[in-house]
Amino acid sequence: MKKNKKLYVNLGLLSFFIWLLIFSYNSSKRKPEHVSELLNDFSWLRQWPKWLDLPLMKYINIVFKKLNETYGWIFEAINNFLLWQLMTLKNFLILAPWPIVVLGVAAIAYFASGKKVGTTVFVGFCTFFIGFLHPVFWSKAIETTSIMLISIFLCITFGIPVGILMSRSERIRDKILPVLDLMQTIPAFVYLIPGIMLFGLGAVPAIIATFIYAVPPLVRLTDLGIRLVDKEVTEAADAFGADQKQKLFGVQLPLALPNIMQGINQATMMALAMVVIASMIGTRGLGDEVLLGLQQLNVGRAAEAGIAIVLLAIVLDRITQSYGERLQARNMPIKKEKK
Amino acid sequence: MSKIEINNIYKIFGNEPQSVLPMVQDGATKEEVLEKTGHTVGLDNVSIKIEEGETFVCMGLSGSGKSTLIRHINRLIDPTSGDIQVDGLNVMNCNPKELIDFRRHSISMVFQRFGLFPHKTVMQNVGYGLEVQGIKKDEINIRAMEKIEAVGLTGFEHQYPSQLSGGMQQRVGLARALATDADIMLMDEAFSALDPLIRSDMQKQLMDLQAKLKKTIVFITHDLDESLKLGDHIAILNAGKLVQVGTPVEIIMNPADDYVKAFVKDVNRTKVIKAKVIMTPSNQFKDKDKSNNRIKINEEQFLEEFLSKIVCSDTTVEVVDKKGDIKGYITNKELETSLIKS
Repeated sequence: MKKNKKLYVNLGLLSFFIWLLIFSYNSSKRKPEHVSELLNDFSWLRQWPKWLDLPLMKYINIVFKKLNETYGWIFEAINNFLLWQLMTLKNFLILAPWPIVVLGVAAIAYFASGKKVGTTVFVGFCTFFIGFLHPVFWSKAIETTSIMLISIFLCITFGIPVGILMSRSERIRDKILPVLDLMQTIPAFVYLIPGIMLFGLGAVPAIIATFIYAVPPLVRLTDLGIRLVDKEVTEAADAFGADQKQKLFGVQLPLALPNIMQGINQATMMALAMVVIASMIGTRGLGDEVLLGLQQLNVGRAAEAGIAIVLLAIVLDRITQSYGERLQARNMPIKKEKK
Repeated sequence: MSKIEINNIYKIFGNEPQSVLPMVQDGATKEEVLEKTGHTVGLDNVSIKIEEGETFVCMGLSGSGKSTLIRHINRLIDPTSGDIQVDGLNVMNCNPKELIDFRRHSISMVFQRFGLFPHKTVMQNVGYGLEVQGIKKDEINIRAMEKIEAVGLTGFEHQYPSQLSGGMQQRVGLARALATDADIMLMDEAFSALDPLIRSDMQKQLMDLQAKLKKTIVFITHDLDESLKLGDHIAILNAGKLVQVGTPVEIIMNPADDYVKAFVKDVNRTKVIKAKVIMTPSNQFKDKDKSNNRIKINEEQFLEEFLSKIVCSDTTVEVVDKKGDIKGYITNKELETSLIKS
């Protein structure tokens, strides 16, 4: 019975392919006057014939137009919501006096790293140097960071639950993995464009694109982290009568947290890369400075902006990484001593 | 009614265990099943009765299904067929909520590699069973502290498991299992990961605790000496099948087949056999007055305790019970038959 089913599926796919060929041929404007011409003149074998063209573009455009017309209000709502979040965060950081922001970042580093003075001072100086490189960079860096933070926030709220679901069921995992592969393989520009179509130019498509680009590693590492929790430990939780919720929040998540933090760290780094690329669709921020530098052939300006981006990356990486290391140390103190 | 009754359990690992079940029930061997269907037989028609208050040891080599068997009792693994009754409760019929309740209150478990929560302190680990029951934190701490004292870990309660040695970690595991005051304790190769000295320490501690608490303990091990030392009854498993069930002496004196024989071959019998087992009862003993050299031995004493006094001499041992009445006699002849017979 199973064999038959597979055969039918394959036959179905074959007939769908044939239908596609015929459909493309019929809808093409450059097809020969009559089908019989194809049999007399074989020149179409030499070069890819104009009529052998799947009219996907036309339909995608139609779909997008329809989407915009009928569900525009949904995108509008998402747009407004994200924009509001972004503006609140950005305005708060820009309006705050810069020394306080520098100190604030250092303070976050201090607590995230478990009160390591070295990391704190290092992060503080990196933050200071972003503005020190060029006063304009300060507000630009804040803009970049705000977009990134909102994206990371989205990544965490969607990525971690999806990762948890995947770790629970083999079936869901098999369905989601190819989607994640797709999200990572499609070039970033390809989904910047639908973003623009749906949300218009500016920060929101950048946030969406960044989210799509940065969420896969977080989902993967959440899933992996939960799966890597020692089987005997989860068995112990079961044996003492922990229910699903107690097991998840009391045992699995705390033990998977170092891996999840690694995922957040990865997502942050990828998000930063994406935010820079997003300057090409008119998102303001540090990437925008690099772009300007390149367009004016002003190497110094582009390099300065580049250095600022690296500094920003270091600051974010140090904070998330050191937090992850601290969690790791808490879960396995002995291993740390051996180092 | 026994405390735990396991009836005709089959466990088959694979994609479609139900379809393979009839084949196993018809008596196909593990190898045949694996070759024909790709399924692994974990347990093959195992039935066991475990009485209240005893220490029941399941023994077998790795892959014999002993760890699978113990996980059926609290349903960490579901059987392919068969039923399990604990205290008259049919565990197979429990819905998820009843099962959680059963695990919280009636049964606890100790694991081979300890299964401790690395992110919790010793105190939190010991109190875990109480924490999932939703008991208040103050009470958890009091009750956990009691058990920590019982296993001799006072002073370590705020350490993390990874800061303790293997033996201490397993004490935490033991305390955690004791903390819920469940009647039944499952111990899955609990001492196998420990080195020999610490292991015998832990065995002694377990026996002392058991003498006080009188729990029903199901103990898994691959070490025969351990099972003889701890077990009131021993079940021997081979390739998912139950080979023999009996008291330590029965296993040693009458091994059921070659597999069990190979197991008991190297055992030091003098540590297992008690005087009353090998004595000739006084009404059957003929040459009562042959020897003048006589010593009295309690019937509960192990052979090794008085062996040196009688071996290669013509001493006759009078085996007496608690009141001092003579129940039987042991001479070199009895020793010979009990120690050399294999």
